[in-house]
Amino acid sequence: MTSREEPSAAPSKGWLQDLYIRHMKLKRRRRSRVLTVQLSLLLLFFIWWEAAGRFKWIDVLLFSYPSKIFENIGKQAVSGELWGHLGVTVGETVVGFLLGTLVGTLLAVLIWWSPFLNKVLDPYMVVFNSMPKVALGPIFIVMFGAGFTAIVVTTLSITVIVTTLVVYNSFNEVDSNLIKVVRTFGGSKRQVFQRVVLPASYPAIVSTLKVNVGMAWVGVIVGEFLVAKSGLGYLIMYGFQVFNFTLVLSSLLIIAVVATAMYQIVVYIERKLLTHR
Amino acid sequence: MVPVVELNDIAHVYVTDREASLAVEGIQLKVDPGEFISLVGPSGCGKTTILSIIAGLLAPSKGTVSLNGKSVNGPSSEVGYMLQQDYLFPWRTIMDNALIGLELTERLSPESRSVVENLLKEMGLGESESLYPSQLSGGMRQRVALVRTLATDPGLLLLDEPFSALDYQTKLQLEDLIVETLKERGKTAILVTHDLSEAIAMSDRVILLNRNPGRVHRLFDIPGNIRAAQPFYARKEPGFNELFHEIWEEMQAIGKEGSQ
Repeated sequence: MTSREEPSAAPSKGWLQDLYIRHMKLKRRRRSRVLTVQLSLLLLFFIWWEAAGRFKWIDVLLFSYPSKIFENIGKQAVSGELWGHLGVTVGETVVGFLLGTLVGTLLAVLIWWSPFLNKVLDPYMVVFNSMPKVALGPIFIVMFGAGFTAIVVTTLSITVIVTTLVVYNSFNEVDSNLIKVVRTFGGSKRQVFQRVVLPASYPAIVSTLKVNVGMAWVGVIVGEFLVAKSGLGYLIMYGFQVFNFTLVLSSLLIIAVVATAMYQIVVYIERKLLTHR
Repeated sequence: MVPVVELNDIAHVYVTDREASLAVEGIQLKVDPGEFISLVGPSGCGKTTILSIIAGLLAPSKGTVSLNGKSVNGPSSEVGYMLQQDYLFPWRTIMDNALIGLELTERLSPESRSVVENLLKEMGLGESESLYPSQLSGGMRQRVALVRTLATDPGLLLLDEPFSALDYQTKLQLEDLIVETLKERGKTAILVTHDLSEAIAMSDRVILLNRNPGRVHRLFDIPGNIRAAQPFYARKEPGFNELFHEIWEEMQAIGKEGSQ
């Protein structure tokens, strides 16, 4: 039987292979088309901005233009001034966003563990979450002094409660039958949490990481607006005060690049952590 | 002979904000070692409640439960529970899923691991050890769930409609596999099912439950020739259809009673 099928199987296999190759080629072409358009849009925007600046279609004092901005960034990079500011801000953001996710998740664990505590804390969390937390910045500055701690705490005030609410929600949405599996083996509450609830909630935790990357930047920049003597937020504020908008836009551009990089790192972690789901 | 399971005048009440409702009442049941019994009945007759009470997941409001002569207070490793679906953990490999019971009861050792490995091989899952549940078909996944349940070597298996999510062909195959595996190992089993023919084909005794509240309505002993045959062939044994119709009619009568 096999000997009769083999000759016909070989060409049919080649036929399938062709279809597959064509599919992959099409997919690659589609992807490269999207990328081309994306890059040309960006390039076009910078060219238009440069031209608009040079030919004075826009107010250069306010909007500056790319070559001026890149020159500024280059100058600061060479003089070493940039790295200090960048380091401070990135440090604050990374600490704020990791700590925010961690503390928020731990709080979610606590209220998952104790439904009583959850009921008690619920209205407080809802109220705190709907408050403009940034307005608490001045209080943190007085409490912790004008510096790193106050800025990180400002960031935490923005990220913690949202993280708690999202993660706690995902804890509760874990399929009760998966929990039943552990319970039928006589598993304790701790085991239920470790073996089911926590691993089932990794996707939610990673997605709060993504949200918190953005949130942390808001917290840090606002914090730096209020207090700082260094950092990118300070550069923006300083640039604004001396009417150097090239400096403001340079800082914004750097923030965009670093924030994107951080986001990509989280996406990478997500892919590593969440294969097979 | 000490019965594996003994339920003595069990009643269970579910209390909600609206009311306290009686789910089962006056349940009296003895299951002998090596026996395979089925619980059938209209929906709402408390089949799953009874299983949960035996498993120690639910404390009955009234009455006593004992397992091998000892009273039950909480889940024990003497009991294995199979749910309607496989409920494998999607983030664990097949091997790790099969080992979860041993992990939870802290009995994981190189020896117990190799026992599970052999079980997987016996069920035709040897090649799938390092795959993830999403890569397997429904029937294969339910077989992994069976291995997971058997891994801790329980004397009693509770099967809560374990075939309800499978297609007909896979279901027939699994019926045979489960009956064979359990008989071979001398396990006692209680099956809950909607499917009368499945109950008759697989078990030694069928218990028909009444509803609102759940009570034991009648017991049916399955004739030897049907019991001896594999579930698939049992359906063709003489007497099968007659028994099916007898139980069917009883069930219809209960249905009418309940709807009045």
